[in-house]
Amino acid sequence: MESFLLQFFIFLAAAAVSVPIAKKLGLGSVLGYLVAGIVIGPFGGSLIHDVEDIMHFTEFGVVMMLFLVGLELKPSLLWKLKTPILGIGGSQVLLTSVFITLVSIIFLPWQQAIAVGLILSLSSTAIVLQTLQEKGKMKTEAGQSVFAVLLFQDLAVIPMLAIIPLLATLSIAASGQHDSVLFDISHLPAYLQFVVTIGAIAAVLLLGKFASQPVFRIIARTGVREVFVAAALSLVIGTSLLMMMVGLSPALGAFLAGVVLADSEFRHELESDIEPFKGLLLGIFFISIGASLNFTLIGDNMALVLGLAAGLIAIKWVILIAISFVFRIGKKDRGLFAIALAQGGEFAFVLFQVTKSSGVLPVSVIEPLISAVAISMFMAPVMFVVHEKLSKKNVEINHDSKDDEISNHEHRVILAGFGRLGTDIGRFLLSAGIKPVILDHDSYNVEVLRKLGFEVYYGDATRLDLLAAAGASQADMLIVSFADTDATKKLVELANKHYPHLEIVVSARDREATFELMDLGVSNIYKETFGSAIAMGQTVMTNLGVDPYEVHRLKHIFSKKEAQMLPELHQERAQEEKYVSAYKRHHEELEILMNEKNNKNLIELDKAWTAKNPEQ
Amino acid sequence: MKKVLINFAHPVKSRSKINKALCDAVKGIEGVTLNDLYANYPDFMIDTEREQRLCEEHDIIIFQHPLYWYSTPAIVKEWFDLVLEHGWAYGSMGKALHGKLFFQCISTGADSSSYQPAGYNEYTLKQLLAPVKATAKLCGLVWLPPFAITGVHQGLSADKIENHVNRYKHTIITLRDSLVDVHELSQQDELNVLPTKKEGAK
Repeated sequence: MESFLLQFFIFLAAAAVSVPIAKKLGLGSVLGYLVAGIVIGPFGGSLIHDVEDIMHFTEFGVVMMLFLVGLELKPSLLWKLKTPILGIGGSQVLLTSVFITLVSIIFLPWQQAIAVGLILSLSSTAIVLQTLQEKGKMKTEAGQSVFAVLLFQDLAVIPMLAIIPLLATLSIAASGQHDSVLFDISHLPAYLQFVVTIGAIAAVLLLGKFASQPVFRIIARTGVREVFVAAALSLVIGTSLLMMMVGLSPALGAFLAGVVLADSEFRHELESDIEPFKGLLLGIFFISIGASLNFTLIGDNMALVLGLAAGLIAIKWVILIAISFVFRIGKKDRGLFAIALAQGGEFAFVLFQVTKSSGVLPVSVIEPLISAVAISMFMAPVMFVVHEKLSKKNVEINHDSKDDEISNHEHRVILAGFGRLGTDIGRFLLSAGIKPVILDHDSYNVEVLRKLGFEVYYGDATRLDLLAAAGASQADMLIVSFADTDATKKLVELANKHYPHLEIVVSARDREATFELMDLGVSNIYKETFGSAIAMGQTVMTNLGVDPYEVHRLKHIFSKKEAQMLPELHQERAQEEKYVSAYKRHHEELEILMNEKNNKNLIELDKAWTAKNPEQ
Repeated sequence: MKKVLINFAHPVKSRSKINKALCDAVKGIEGVTLNDLYANYPDFMIDTEREQRLCEEHDIIIFQHPLYWYSTPAIVKEWFDLVLEHGWAYGSMGKALHGKLFFQCISTGADSSSYQPAGYNEYTLKQLLAPVKATAKLCGLVWLPPFAITGVHQGLSADKIENHVNRYKHTIITLRDSLVDVHELSQQDELNVLPTKKEGAK
């Protein structure tokens, strides 16, 4: 226990120190983790052991990442991506495998060459997606193409796992193949295996589509947050187990589960619950990659390993550039596309392990290749940084790229609270074609509104992670329409602190709430009953025979005067001694407000514009 | 009998005795519709369809309003901008208003002598109303000179008000019943006094 905690502590501390430094230097978090790994690894401080085990365990971060990616991709969007996935992704894997095989065949028997070609054609989903997300490039053309290729690669791993053992030429070492814990379908006849596999995929799709919603609803109604987190985690882990059982990639299964849930009202809640786990696991995974760099081997075969790494990057880059021309990827996106995918991937570690255990490749071949892949992965974030520096010079000319990004953000308004007030605000905005992201923590409410076709998400908007998941960093405006003043204040404070760019429009329960929100520096505050009060007064006056146009003007003048008066009252209130009770204060204010003289002044103001002019 | 539409525009009716008197007087006349623009559209959101329908249903269109800054109150301009649509009021297909009679009933603060080339305001009322006349012409309306009540600032005695009210009623009824030659009328400077040959002109 103690040693586990110590290990855990070393990992976390190393991350906590290195990532901020890497970020500060503009290098991105991935590079920070990798360096931390080298520092605490066997060739640095030698502070950690069992790196390989840790790497295996934390690989699960990749699964979670693909689940999250799936959540972002609605099925319709995925269908739209089918051409890039099959076209760009297919040609990348095929061409790269063939080319690397042809080069390897000079040095190795053909079976080994094919294995090497297949394995090295893969890129690092973990590093690339993490970096693209961090740089906000996922929604650019390059980002989408990169994602399509990575998705195809994840799919391609499955047949590769099947093909590679067939290339065995060496006597098999001790079997390292992990058997399924639950149920091994490899004993079943081939057609049954196929049926079980298809059945598993169908189960994920159908359960995700139909069973998950009601279950999450029930859990959400308990109001116990950690139960929801547990449910979310078990969903991801369960899917992965099922996929592993039938011999499919758990990452792929999680991705499918994510896609199925992308339309769900719990999407943002799931996202914010899984996100920290994914982040932590991936971070440790990157650290373990850094730690697994075998510097003794690299030192002994410096020229070979570096040559392999450089050759690998160069070959992949050239092929990617060629593909980007064939598939007409935009000029300004080509560079990023090629740079992003020109490294080996974490699946290579897994697959090399398979080649070792199934006697395809000798250790003498595997060792330098693993080092080369690790180095190329290490270089990936560096290359991103270099690419960014180089392309920055051209940014000023390419103004059009900015417009693209803006048009990609569907939601520029977050509407927190969809109750009595929020409903009408939402409807009003929707009527003008403005589609807000709506957050509400009443799951009954959410269910009904969903049925009516509103885009509503379940969750407590006063949580920073949910706010982030709803896209607060890209949004322009935040509307807060809670009935509860404390929740309103909490959200406003949170938004002010973490998203100072957000313009906040807020409803206040009463005058006291208005003042408290003014204390927080909010300028767009609307007392929730004021509008109705004025409108009702207007009807009364008009029905009493006051000229309608005069009533209309009175209404506006009264509202305006009220708005002018508020800051004065607010200031008076601040200067008052603290021990005056809120109750007493309320009545004193009422006295000022209801004072006949004050209200008369108000009306006189209206007449001013005509009073000085003679009658006509 | 023709039908008469009075589009009335005054932002502060409580402060205009003459306009109140004029409105009260015409309300009871058969065939006359009084349409209070400021009361119907205090927020200036003019219902274009309703206004067009009203115009179509009437043969004589009167705009009754004070003269503000040598022009109409703001809502009348808004009315022109919104209601007089292409394809309805003008354009090759816009013939909805063709042949209808049109005039303004205006009240002015200054007296009539100021609306002369030598007077304080330099222009005659007819000259000042030229933009509205041009608008009417484009819409195929038969433009008539204004019914003008001047010198309101000096204050109008009850007698004077009664006099104006009676003349206004007389003008409206005469036009409603087609008791006057319209071409002859259009040559006059104002509609306050009508030519005296009455019964025969039917």
